[in-house]
Amino acid sequence: MNKYLAGLVMAGLTMAGSAFAESHMSEEDLMKAVTARQSTMKLYAFNLGTLGAMARGTIDYNAEAAEAAAGNLVKLSSMNQMAFWPAGSDMESLEGTKALPALWEDMAGVGEAATAMTEAAVAMEAAAGTDLASLQGAMGALGGACGGCHKAYRASD
Amino acid sequence: MYTFLRFVALLFFFGLACFYLVTIPRTLPEETMADLTGDATRGEQVFWAGGCASCHSAAEAEGEERLVLAGGRPFATEFGTFYAPNISPSDAGIGGWSQYDLANAMMRGVSPGAQHYYPAFPFTSYTKADPQDIADLHEFMQTLPASDTPNTPHDVSFPFSIRRVLGGWKLLFFREDWALAEAPTEQVERGRYLVEALGHCAECHTPRNALGGLDTDRWLGGAPSPDGRGSVPNITPGGLDWSEVDIAAYLKSGFTPEFDSAGGEMAEVVQNMSNLTDDDLAAIAAYLKAVPPVEPPAN
Repeated sequence: MNKYLAGLVMAGLTMAGSAFAESHMSEEDLMKAVTARQSTMKLYAFNLGTLGAMARGTIDYNAEAAEAAAGNLVKLSSMNQMAFWPAGSDMESLEGTKALPALWEDMAGVGEAATAMTEAAVAMEAAAGTDLASLQGAMGALGGACGGCHKAYRASD
Repeated sequence: MYTFLRFVALLFFFGLACFYLVTIPRTLPEETMADLTGDATRGEQVFWAGGCASCHSAAEAEGEERLVLAGGRPFATEFGTFYAPNISPSDAGIGGWSQYDLANAMMRGVSPGAQHYYPAFPFTSYTKADPQDIADLHEFMQTLPASDTPNTPHDVSFPFSIRRVLGGWKLLFFREDWALAEAPTEQVERGRYLVEALGHCAECHTPRNALGGLDTDRWLGGAPSPDGRGSVPNITPGGLDWSEVDIAAYLKSGFTPEFDSAGGEMAEVVQNMSNLTDDDLAAIAAYLKAVPPVEPPAN
């Protein structure tokens, strides 16, 4: 776990640094970053979809597929995303994003939420390969971890 | 000339008398809460359905902290900024309140000191609550942690800074009848109660007129976000094509059918709703399918 934590703190610090350094990016470049992070979110959604469908019983439980999906979530959540979130790419500066300016004002909070996400994904990876009941039990914490970031840093719609 | 002045003065005092009479804070009949005994376990369900923690807990409270109803969150609106008050069981909160006091606050928008509350507090929805639910909620709220955080005064512009004016507002916009007049099944009726009364969903999901009254012709038809950032979606069948199972699953987990997850205020709502029973979540979904579809505005 410490490896992730250290990585995230580093990412957070670099993000804060890059927020200053990259404040003169063109709108086109800012949009590329927005597309990158939204693509990451789609990868989250795709893998969560597999786990969620098993949890709700709309597809049959399959330990291997579930473990693979959860493993992808772990990788996604521990990816260094510092370049995806340049300063000036919040919803008040750009069209097409719902990222609130609060995200750039609270790097410590972002780091904590990201760590919680990784922890929930790691827990899911262990649970997903065990059995359906364990997978279902780990789903709530995973949803909560998504909400942990979205509640504070993403506008509702 | 003298007669004219006297006429103007009379008219002025007549106007003042009318204003006084019309804007008197009106309380519930004394017997409303008589003989009701609260049950804290049932009250906890009312608490989550009512979404009290969304506004009255501290801004970044998580987990157990969401049960500390210390208040203080700011709500910026076009009428000014409102601050949620402390409603924990302490002297700084509502520790001394009787069941009847809580019922007047929630169902009439009137404080124990006989002042009007601003409709930032959704008494406009809670007015449809069952008095037994208020009694249960009162009992549950006594069990929550006490906080000594003092209330922050609202920062509201004239004429709304005069609370008495709200008597006029209530006369214009305060309605107790159901938006969905006929509930075809018991499940929809339960859903109607959860959405229109306790859940106060319409307070954000229904557009408002210039004076802040709900436009009931576009009930749950979506509205600009109260904080001015983005919009609140249309959740009638005219805007939301999710199945009832999808809607209930969203309120339980925060995941949309595409496994996107709720953001902003709605993430907070999901945290409350996820404590409800599966039957109640299904009832909410059934109600949302039963309301008249509001067509999205053509762009």
